[in-house]
Amino acid sequence: MRPGAFRYVSARSLDEVFENLSDFGDEATLLAGGQSLIPLMNLRLARPEVVIDLNRVPGLAGIDLVGGELRIGAMTRAVDVVTHATVTGSLPALSRATAFIGHPQIRNRTTIGGNISHADPSSELPGVLAALEGSVTLRSIRGERSVGWNDFIVSTFTNSRTADELVVDVRFPLRTGWTFAYDEVAPRHGDYPLAGICAGVQIIDGVVRDMRIVAVGVSDRPVVLSEVAQASIGRELDEALIMQLSKMGREEFRANGDAHASSEYRKWLVGTLIKRILGNFALEPR
Amino acid sequence: MNAPQTVMAIRLLVNGVQVEREVEVRTLLSTFLRDDLGLTGTHVACEHGVCGSCTILVDSQPVRSCLLLAVQADGTNVETVEGLGSVGSLSPLQNAMWREHGLQCGFCTPGILMSIEGEARSGASAEAICDEVLSGHLCRCTGYQNIRTAIHAYFATKDES
Repeated sequence: MRPGAFRYVSARSLDEVFENLSDFGDEATLLAGGQSLIPLMNLRLARPEVVIDLNRVPGLAGIDLVGGELRIGAMTRAVDVVTHATVTGSLPALSRATAFIGHPQIRNRTTIGGNISHADPSSELPGVLAALEGSVTLRSIRGERSVGWNDFIVSTFTNSRTADELVVDVRFPLRTGWTFAYDEVAPRHGDYPLAGICAGVQIIDGVVRDMRIVAVGVSDRPVVLSEVAQASIGRELDEALIMQLSKMGREEFRANGDAHASSEYRKWLVGTLIKRILGNFALEPR
Repeated sequence: MNAPQTVMAIRLLVNGVQVEREVEVRTLLSTFLRDDLGLTGTHVACEHGVCGSCTILVDSQPVRSCLLLAVQADGTNVETVEGLGSVGSLSPLQNAMWREHGLQCGFCTPGILMSIEGEARSGASAEAICDEVLSGHLCRCTGYQNIRTAIHAYFATKDES
């Protein structure tokens, strides 16, 4: 088993990426960590004409805090996001969610930009990006633009990048006074989740001021459970409320069913994960 | 400008030996090691990153060689199971696997050895390797218990030396 024939270039600068993108446009595929693209090519589900390898382009990897946002360069490896002090310090939920991606051998190659761009409905990171209402930065010879997660992630394996653009970084806006968490249920650690939840809450004087809850692995893209969040506002995060929100969460969306899990089971998992995460929030000292 | 090619020359270090070859760009690193260099110790099974049997070290990091193109390994230091030890002269890790019956058919073993080798080298604990690193490998006959025992035995000999 091996990929179909293609032409390959290992770009050495952003200029080389953009030149190749403008020459080959739709025929070209960008190769980041390759942990999803190469399997698709091996299985001949993807047959690009030209592969532009980003692994030797300088300046695309890095983690920093800029203007209240956690900025992660597109070619930053998952292994680094799991352990980087800036991530564990400012947004531990992202570190935790990233640790759910595949296995250590995979995370050594997986990149944050590649993961988000791949828009796999079962992937953890688009859910975290959605929960924080983050964005991706796209660059081309025409300039740079920032695109919110909701406009970037279109549906299964589809994003809104145009053929001449490159994702250069992913940005997670940090929210003062909020706590975020991620959890999921998978057949075993490292497998695709049957359902995952990224949730964040802001509690002031014992009552919920605001909440974000996003489910992954249940639909063609992350699902924002806005009714659940809305129902929590102004209430004390006690057991009664958590049970109510968990039940609401099961009913708020249409879950996909497949060979791995039925629609009913996925909805049940979403309810259970909401209960688990909000239960932990309620236990936190403030 | 650096233009797209279908065949490229690559230079890399494989188990300490400098190798120079021309390869089709679509050649996977696992295919290159097995078919071009005859290093058939790197096993291939699923060829889409799930099973872990093709795991090798690239610049000391455990990675799936079926998910890397050979051209991507240009300029790197590649280590395969052939670099660990040989019959009659097993590495301490191989020796622990042998003593503790950490393998039965042996198909998944080269990948597991390279993952443990790489992670131990970068400072991972025996517990972390047993619980997390081993999850990246499918073994369908030995069972994981003896492999875990072998990992602990290996760390015990490592700590002694």
